[in-house]
Amino acid sequence: MVRIRAFEDAAEDASQGGVAVYGQATSGRAKVRGPLHLSTGQEAVAAGVCAHLTANDYITSTHRGHGHTLAKGADMTRMMCELFGKAHGFNGGRGGSMHIADFSVGMLGANGVVGAGMPIAVGAAHAQKIQGRPDITACFFGDGAINRGPFLESLNWAQVYRLPVLFVCEDNQWSATTATSAMSAGAGAAARARSMDIEAVEVDGNDVLAVYRAAQELVNSVRKGDGPKLLHTRTYRVKGHVSVDKAAYRNPSEVEQALARCPIKKARALYLTMPGARADVLDQIEADAQAEIEAALAYADACDPPDPETAYTHIQTVGAGQWH
Amino acid sequence: MALMTYAQAAVAALDDAMSANDRVIVLGEDVGRGGIFAQYAGLAQKFGPDRIVDTPISEAAIMGAGVGMALAGMRPVIELRVTDFAMCAMDEIVNQAAKNRYMFGGQGTVPVVVRMPMGIWDASAAQHSQSLENWFVHLPGVVVVAPSTPQDNYSLLKAALVCDDPVIFLEHKTLWASSGEVDTSLDIELGKAEVVRTGEHLTLVTWSRQRQVCQQAIEELANQGIDVELIDLKSLWPWDKEAVLQSCRKTGRLLVVHESVQVGGFGAEIVSTVVERLPCQARRLGAPRIPVGYASELEALARVTSQQIVDYVQRMLAQHTDQVPTS
Ligand SMILES: Cc1ncc(C[n+]2csc(CCOP(=O)(O)OP(=O)(O)O)c2C)c(N)n1
Repeated sequence: MVRIRAFEDAAEDASQGGVAVYGQATSGRAKVRGPLHLSTGQEAVAAGVCAHLTANDYITSTHRGHGHTLAKGADMTRMMCELFGKAHGFNGGRGGSMHIADFSVGMLGANGVVGAGMPIAVGAAHAQKIQGRPDITACFFGDGAINRGPFLESLNWAQVYRLPVLFVCEDNQWSATTATSAMSAGAGAAARARSMDIEAVEVDGNDVLAVYRAAQELVNSVRKGDGPKLLHTRTYRVKGHVSVDKAAYRNPSEVEQALARCPIKKARALYLTMPGARADVLDQIEADAQAEIEAALAYADACDPPDPETAYTHIQTVGAGQWH
Repeated sequence: MALMTYAQAAVAALDDAMSANDRVIVLGEDVGRGGIFAQYAGLAQKFGPDRIVDTPISEAAIMGAGVGMALAGMRPVIELRVTDFAMCAMDEIVNQAAKNRYMFGGQGTVPVVVRMPMGIWDASAAQHSQSLENWFVHLPGVVVVAPSTPQDNYSLLKAALVCDDPVIFLEHKTLWASSGEVDTSLDIELGKAEVVRTGEHLTLVTWSRQRQVCQQAIEELANQGIDVELIDLKSLWPWDKEAVLQSCRKTGRLLVVHESVQVGGFGAEIVSTVVERLPCQARRLGAPRIPVGYASELEALARVTSQQIVDYVQRMLAQHTDQVPTS
């Protein structure tokens, strides 16, 4: 959680002007360009779920994917290089924040299209089942995504074929500038899953231990072959939709309450109530994260941009390069 | 050599590919019963329901799951029933399958074959008769194939099944029952055209079912002493530019014929490519920009006929180019 927070704070700093949406002008000098969707305040979901996954398990993510990627074990430096649009980035500078991915640890990609990761996760899980692998797929999606067709199609598919997939709804209560509650009929992701006889568990997404325990049980069950499960985590989007969004459309008291429930603060307080707890251990974790992010920033800054010639590679094999 | 229908040729290609590689699997509605055109006939009996997978009516999920499976090491054949229903899976085709490899810097590839039968289907009206090949040709990241004969269907489907790119595979809805000799040892490279007939006066370029329509026109033109060269592109992306240019250098005249709407069609791309490089009289002929109507009188208006092709060729040869109809 602390590494995710450090990464995103640094990325936000580096994005400065960002994109010219939500009434903000772009500075044009930002090192991290384009829309930057931060998961500040939601770190417990990524950390609590991914703690139960191995590098052979897959995840698919949303447009808000830094936390999932780090929690799945991706290297922070290569992530920052990608956000800086550098050659050493995981995607060679082709993807940026919205498409951050590290296939080597099973992170199959953030996605610029809401809900699009869901059928991809289902397909990956279907392949795992066919191949007789002991691995599973976790599929992160937002509360807004449950109103798109792929949500229904994916849950149905996963249940029909009893696939090893854990659907994780990261319910941060907002979809861009609209409160999801105003736009979603019924009781939400868990209720919709139950209508298809998919077991669904609801949990406080700001309580990392609660997420950890709920995810543990569901992951074990999915791994055993019990079919798909859904974890509905209730959390809060502390920042705006993208980094430049000041989110003036929200009630400030709502944000204050969320800040008081910060998952990192909560985890820290909880730890310190435990016998033998030592504050210096926590301080060291934060110091390590700071050192790691500073090194990542320095490396990313110094790294070369992609050679423009490489724009023509990795498109396709057949007919490659013939048609510049 | 064996006599096969276009549909049987597809089954044979799948059978061979699935026997050779157990990572090849089929996803689609009704494929377990052989597919609505019998293009999967017998395969479920041979390979079982785990490899010939009947799916819910969920085009987005069929396509999206195909992408996920491919990333996880499989080679799915994705059946979308008809091109028209590919619209329900457009995000998964355009933003996911086609973009995955590039966006993620080559970390994964998406070796899927997306079968979506194209073209006018008798009395099936506006939502079951479209030819949208130019939409897919416009899309970096995919290969686009439109086979016209049983041999092509066999050989190109086999080539598609070992290709690491997503392949949009457009079989024509009215070709399924057409038959021809198939040599199962013949490989056809993706991106290679076939010179079906050599001729001196004009180059006709076409693909899919229009090959047959062009052949009718060519017979009539031959009776009039007009000697036409016919090229079947087979692959629309990449397409065999060299074969077309070489022919046009010889004949000096090009007519591209396609069943899809002429406006913004792929014929325009071929004509441009040729006139940018050669002195050549070049024209394209496609359907008017109308949805395909149900009544036979309306449906007929959406078809490109051999008579139209004959008329075009005659006028081009008469060099009254200003009189060539433009729509
Ligand atoms: C299909 C699609 N429609 C609209 C958008 C624009 N968009 C990007 S994020 C977003 C809100 C998504 O809300 P939610 O799923 O709750 O995720 P959150 O942003 O809250 O994490 C929208 C509407 C998109 N990217 N894709």
